Amino acid sequence: MKENSEFDDIPGTTVFTAQRSHQGFHLNQFCMSLMKPDNRARFKSDESRYLDEWQLSDAQKQAVIKRDYNAMIAEGGNIYFLAKIFSSDGVSFLTAAASMTDMTADEYAEMMLHGGRSPQGVRSIREGR
Amino acid sequence: MARITAGVTTSHVPAIGAALDLGKQDSEYWAPLFAGYEWSKEWIASEAPDVIVLVYNDHASAFSLEIIPTFAIGCADEFAIADEGFGPRPVPKVIGHPDLACHLAQSLILDEFDMTVINEMAVDHGLTVPLSLLFGQPREWPVKVVPIAVNVIQYPPPTGERCFKLGQAIRRGVESFDEDLNVQVWGTGGMSHQLQGPRAGLINQEFDNAFLDNMTENSDDLRKIPHIDYVREAGSEAIELVMWLIMRGALGDAVELLHRFYHVPASNTAVGHLVLKSIAAQR
Repeated sequence: MKENSEFDDIPGTTVFTAQRSHQGFHLNQFCMSLMKPDNRARFKSDESRYLDEWQLSDAQKQAVIKRDYNAMIAEGGNIYFLAKIFSSDGVSFLTAAASMTDMTADEYAEMMLHGGRSPQGVRSIREGR
Repeated sequence: MARITAGVTTSHVPAIGAALDLGKQDSEYWAPLFAGYEWSKEWIASEAPDVIVLVYNDHASAFSLEIIPTFAIGCADEFAIADEGFGPRPVPKVIGHPDLACHLAQSLILDEFDMTVINEMAVDHGLTVPLSLLFGQPREWPVKVVPIAVNVIQYPPPTGERCFKLGQAIRRGVESFDEDLNVQVWGTGGMSHQLQGPRAGLINQEFDNAFLDNMTENSDDLRKIPHIDYVREAGSEAIELVMWLIMRGALGDAVELLHRFYHVPASNTAVGHLVLKSIAAQR
């Protein structure tokens, strides 16, 4: 992914490139399947068994079961696809986003109410700004 | 002849749709947000556009990772409301304008924009939340919609420059359609937000307000913003702002600012909203 290495300079951020799309294809397609109520019901009744129907790596399966969204993204997940999982769980985008940070859901919601995370210091690792 | 009279930009945060659908619009959290759209609701009721060319992005609803069109145009009679994981939003189905859409598809492709033509698709919050913000909760939407779906999910989205030029081509296409129609172009998404990773929650009010300024004062600067700057300055999902430039390109050289609103936060996102009137032909 040489051509996109400039993104590695932005801390705490993963850009969903064609390579990541390839890596996460089955994980993201599993997420899409949760748009159907029958599939949501089957997934919820036995998550592990439902996940076995998809060509997922062990790391991908474990990340889903643990609802570790940073790990899912590292394994090629895209947040808009992963949203089908937390929507099925009845979890808001705010709470799901908070779970990827070092804050509690309440701390994160409070930060958003006060104008969100400042870009100061998280623009560039290399340039320290 | 059909004509583009005005443009609207607005964020399309899914939680805004949920707030409306659950009757929470008067709550302490949401009331300031909805107040920013009151003027626009009155304005659009008096404008009564016939068709909205609505530029938005699908969020893994109609398009999976099987096929990822950069620019797609919806030519169907109607568009169902997508189930995004918690059941479809309780809003009316979206009625298309297939004659205008098919004309635009042909016009744009011959004008060197290689559109993907969509004859059946469901539409998600990216398209329905802007309709709700401007029209409230009617039994039927009082306008027909030509959806233009832009890929901003998988990198790279089209450049700002390309989006602006697509807007210009949409204007040429609309103006070569025989029927007398009052057409608006809407650009949705943005403003600053990052929904993923340890940097989630990023908001850059300075970037957003400069962007809002330049939508009327200096759109040439906006066309040159590289993707890395959106991601770095305003968050990985702020790159949706390229869709605003399609609207801006469609309005011609000179615009008049009718309404401007900015609010933080709606869920994880900075909400920006503009109503612009087209006042001159483009070069």
